[in-house]
Amino acid sequence: MSTVLTAMADDAAAPAITERGPTDWASPEMQARIARRYRGERNFRRLGLLALVIAASFLAFLLFTIVRDGWSGFQRSEARLDVTFDAAVLGVDPAAVRAPGGAALLARADYPGLLLKAAEQLGPAEDTLSDAAWLELRDALLADPALLGTSATLWVPVRSSIDLLAKGKYDLTAPADSRGVSDEEVADWRRLAREGRLRTGFNTAFLLGADSTEPELAGIGGAALGSLFTLLITIAIAFPLGVLSAVWLEEFAPRGRLADIIELSINNLAAVPSIIFGLLGLAFFLNIAGLPRSSPLVGGITLALMIMPVIVIAARVAIKAVPPSIRDAALGIGASPIQVVFHHVLPLALPGIMTGTIIGVARALGETAPLLLIGMRAFVTDVPQGVAAPATVLPMQVFLWSDDVQRGFVEKTSAAILVLLVILVLMNSLAIYLRNRFERRW
Amino acid sequence: MRLLIALLLVLGLAGLAFLAGRARGTRMALAASGAVAGVPGRLGIIHSRPVHHGAYVAMLALAPALLVLMLWTAMGDRWVEGQVIASLPQAQQPASPADRAALMNEVRALVSGDLPQAFNPLAADLAPVYSAADTNGDLLAGALAVALLCAGGLWGFSRLRPDFRARNRVERHVRTILMLTSVVAILTTFGIVLSLIFESIRFFRLVSPVEFLTGLQWSPQTALRADQVGASGAFGAVPLFWGTIFIGAIIAMAVAIPLGLMSAIYLTQYADPRLRRWLKPVLELLAGVPTVVYGFFAALTVAPLVRSLAVALGMTDASSDSALAAGLVMGIMIVPFVSSMADDALTAVPSAMRDGSLAMGATLSETVKKVMVPAALPGIIGGVLLAVSRAIGETMIVVMAAGLAANLTANPFNSVTTVTTQIVALLTGDQEFDSAKTLSAFALGLVLFVMTLILNIYALAVVKKYREAYE
Repeated sequence: MSTVLTAMADDAAAPAITERGPTDWASPEMQARIARRYRGERNFRRLGLLALVIAASFLAFLLFTIVRDGWSGFQRSEARLDVTFDAAVLGVDPAAVRAPGGAALLARADYPGLLLKAAEQLGPAEDTLSDAAWLELRDALLADPALLGTSATLWVPVRSSIDLLAKGKYDLTAPADSRGVSDEEVADWRRLAREGRLRTGFNTAFLLGADSTEPELAGIGGAALGSLFTLLITIAIAFPLGVLSAVWLEEFAPRGRLADIIELSINNLAAVPSIIFGLLGLAFFLNIAGLPRSSPLVGGITLALMIMPVIVIAARVAIKAVPPSIRDAALGIGASPIQVVFHHVLPLALPGIMTGTIIGVARALGETAPLLLIGMRAFVTDVPQGVAAPATVLPMQVFLWSDDVQRGFVEKTSAAILVLLVILVLMNSLAIYLRNRFERRW
Repeated sequence: MRLLIALLLVLGLAGLAFLAGRARGTRMALAASGAVAGVPGRLGIIHSRPVHHGAYVAMLALAPALLVLMLWTAMGDRWVEGQVIASLPQAQQPASPADRAALMNEVRALVSGDLPQAFNPLAADLAPVYSAADTNGDLLAGALAVALLCAGGLWGFSRLRPDFRARNRVERHVRTILMLTSVVAILTTFGIVLSLIFESIRFFRLVSPVEFLTGLQWSPQTALRADQVGASGAFGAVPLFWGTIFIGAIIAMAVAIPLGLMSAIYLTQYADPRLRRWLKPVLELLAGVPTVVYGFFAALTVAPLVRSLAVALGMTDASSDSALAAGLVMGIMIVPFVSSMADDALTAVPSAMRDGSLAMGATLSETVKKVMVPAALPGIIGGVLLAVSRAIGETMIVVMAAGLAANLTANPFNSVTTVTTQIVALLTGDQEFDSAKTLSAFALGLVLFVMTLILNIYALAVVKKYREAYE
C-alpha cells in the first residue's frame, strides 16, 4: 500500500494529464464538439417534451371525439302535435272518469290509438314519431284530467333517424345507399322542419330514464341508480374492513408469520387483474353462496374485495404518518392502546384514509370487467328496485350501448361516458383537494 | 324480509342494552363521587368509563343473538326443506336429489309468487306446508335470538360493579375483531386460488393440461349434437397466450415505455416546478379514466384509422379489430403508470450522483443517459414489469377492440385474441356450468393469475432491492 503511495507521489511531478497539453477550447474541433453536445442536449429535451405532447394530444383527441359525439346525446328532437283528447278514440266514458276511481280508468285508455289519429295531421310524415310517443299523451292527460274532450298542443319525441337528421349527423351529400338514412326519411324530416314542427331541446329522459331498445328513449338514470346501489354496498363493506385491518396491521399485529401472510396477501390482491375477482364472484358468490345474479349486492361485494387492498394500503400510510409523540402523550395520561387509536390516531389519519377511499371507490365506479362475469350486463328497462334486483351500472351501460348497431346509440354512449367522466373527475378532484387541504406535515 | 326485521330488532335491543349499561356505569360513578344522582358533577373513581360498561353489556347481548341469526340464514333453508319433505308420506318422497331439488325449486317459486300455477300437483300441495315451516322457522330463530339477547344482556348487566374491569374485556374483543378484519384479505386470496383451482381441475379432467398449454388450436365450441360440423372443441391455448403477449407486452409496451420514460425524464429533470405541480394531478386524473372509455375509443375511432392505414399500405385482408388498435390504446392507457413508476425511480437516485456528473461538466442529457437511467434501471424495469402485468390483465379494451379469432400471427394488422377476451366471451350469455367450454375460462383465469402473480412478486422484489441499495 505504502509503495503505491510513494509511487504516486513520485509521479506527481509529471501527471499523465499534462502530457497532452492544455485543452484549447477555442479550437474549431472543440467548438464543434461543444456545439454537438449542446445540440444533443436540446434534442433530448425536445424529445421529452414531444413524448409528453404525444401522450397529451392523444388524450385530448379522445376527449375531443367523445365530447363531439356526446354533447348532442343530451338533446332530443320533438315534434309538435295538436292532440284532441277524444273520449271515443280513447275508449273511455267521460262520466266514469269523473267518478271516483276514474284515474285508474284513464291510465288504461287507448293512447296508441289516440296517437295514431293525432299523427294523421303530419301527412306523409306520420310515421316519424317515436314508438313510445303515446306515453307523452298519457302523462299529459293524467297530469290534467280536465283535458279530456279538449285539444292541446304537445311536443312528442320523434324517431332516432329523424332526431339524428335534425342534429345534422348524416352526410346528406353522400349517395343514398351509403349515408345510412333513406330518402323517404330525409323527405319526412324536411317536411316537418318546413312546417316548423320540430324543436331540439334538453333530453331529461336521458338523465332520468332507464335503458331501452330505442335510442331516443334510452337513458342512464337506471344505470346511475344501479351504480349508486353497488357503490353503497362496496363502501359499506370495504371501508370498515379496510380501515380496521390497517389499524390492526399498523398498531397491534405482533411481528410474525400471520402479519407477514396478511401483508403478502394484500400486496398481491392489489395487483390481481380485476377480471379474476369476477371469476371469484361467479364461482363463489353466485354458484356456491347462491346470491342473486346481476344484482348490485353481488357486484358490490365483488368490487369491495377488489378495492379493499387499495384502502388498506392508503390507510396504513396515513396511520404511519401520525407521529409517535401523539401516541406516547395519550398513553402517558392513561389511555389504553385502543383508546389511543380510536381517539387520536384515526381522527388524525382520516384525511389520508379518505383520500385513499375515494380513489378506490372511483376505481370501483369505473370498473366493468368483473361485473360482466356476474351477469350485470342485464338489459334492464326499469330503474332497479333494490340491491337484490337485477341492475346495471354506468360503465356497463356504456359497454352495452357501444355494442349496439343502431347509429343513435353512438351519441348516447359518448354522452354516458361524459357523465361518467364528470363524476370521476369530481371524485378524484375531491381526493386531491382533501389531500392538499388537510394533509399535515408534522 | 322477516330476517331483516329480526336483525333490526336485535340491533335495536342491543342499543337499549348499551344505554342501560352506560346509565348504570354513570350512576355508579356518581355514587362513587358522592354526588346526588342526576346532578352533573365530577365522576368518581370507578375502574372503567360508563361507555365501556355499556359496550360490555351490548357485546354480551349481541354476540349470541347474531350467531343464531347467522346460523339460521346459512342452514335454515335446509331445515325447512327437511320439514317439507318429511311431511310427505314415504311413497311420495322424491327419490333422487335432483328430483328433490326440482320439486323444492317449484315450491319456492309458488310461494314467492314467481310461478302462478304449479306443474306438479305435489308442489301445489307442498306450497302451504313450505310457507308454514318457513314462517315457523323464522319466528323460532327470531325468538331464540331475542331470548339469548335478553339473557346475555341481563347477565352482563348483573356483573357491573365499580371495580369491574369492563374496559379490558371490551378492548380484548375489539382487538380480536380487528384481527378478524385483517384475515379477510387472506380469505379473499384463498377464495380466488381455491375457486380457480377447483374449476380448473374439473376442466383438466376433460382436457389434458398438456393439450391446453401447448395446443395450437383454439375453438371452444362444444357440440350440441355429436354429428355437428366443427364440434371438435379444441382447447389449445397457445394462440391466446401469444395474443395476450403480443398486445399487452409487445405493442402496448412499445408505445408506453418510450412515452412514459421520456415524459418522466422531462417532468423530473426539465419541467418548471409549477408545470410539474399541474401535470402530476392531471396524470393521476388520466390514470383514473375507466378502461371501458378507452375501449370505446379504440373500437370506434382508432380501429377504423388503423384499418385504413393497413389498406393504404396495400394489405387486402386488413382486419377491423386489429391487434395494433387495441395495443396502441392500451399503451396510451399505461403511459401514466409507467411515467409515475419511472418518476419514483429517478427521484430515488441520490442527488449526489446527479450533481457529481453535472459538476464534471456533463450536460443534463448526458447525465440522464449515462448516470441516472443506469442507476435507476432496476426501479424502471420493476415498474415496466408491473405495467406488463397490468396490461395482460386488462380486459375491457381488448374485449371491445380485439377480435375473437385465435390467430397465431405476428402481423399487427391482423386480429388476435387474448386470455381476458376469451374469459369474457366464454362466461357471458347462456352457460351450462359443467361444459368444458365454461370450465376452460377458469383454467385461463388460473394461468392469468399465476402469470401476473409471478410478474408482480418479481417486480416488487426488484423495486424493493433497488430502494434498499440507495437507502
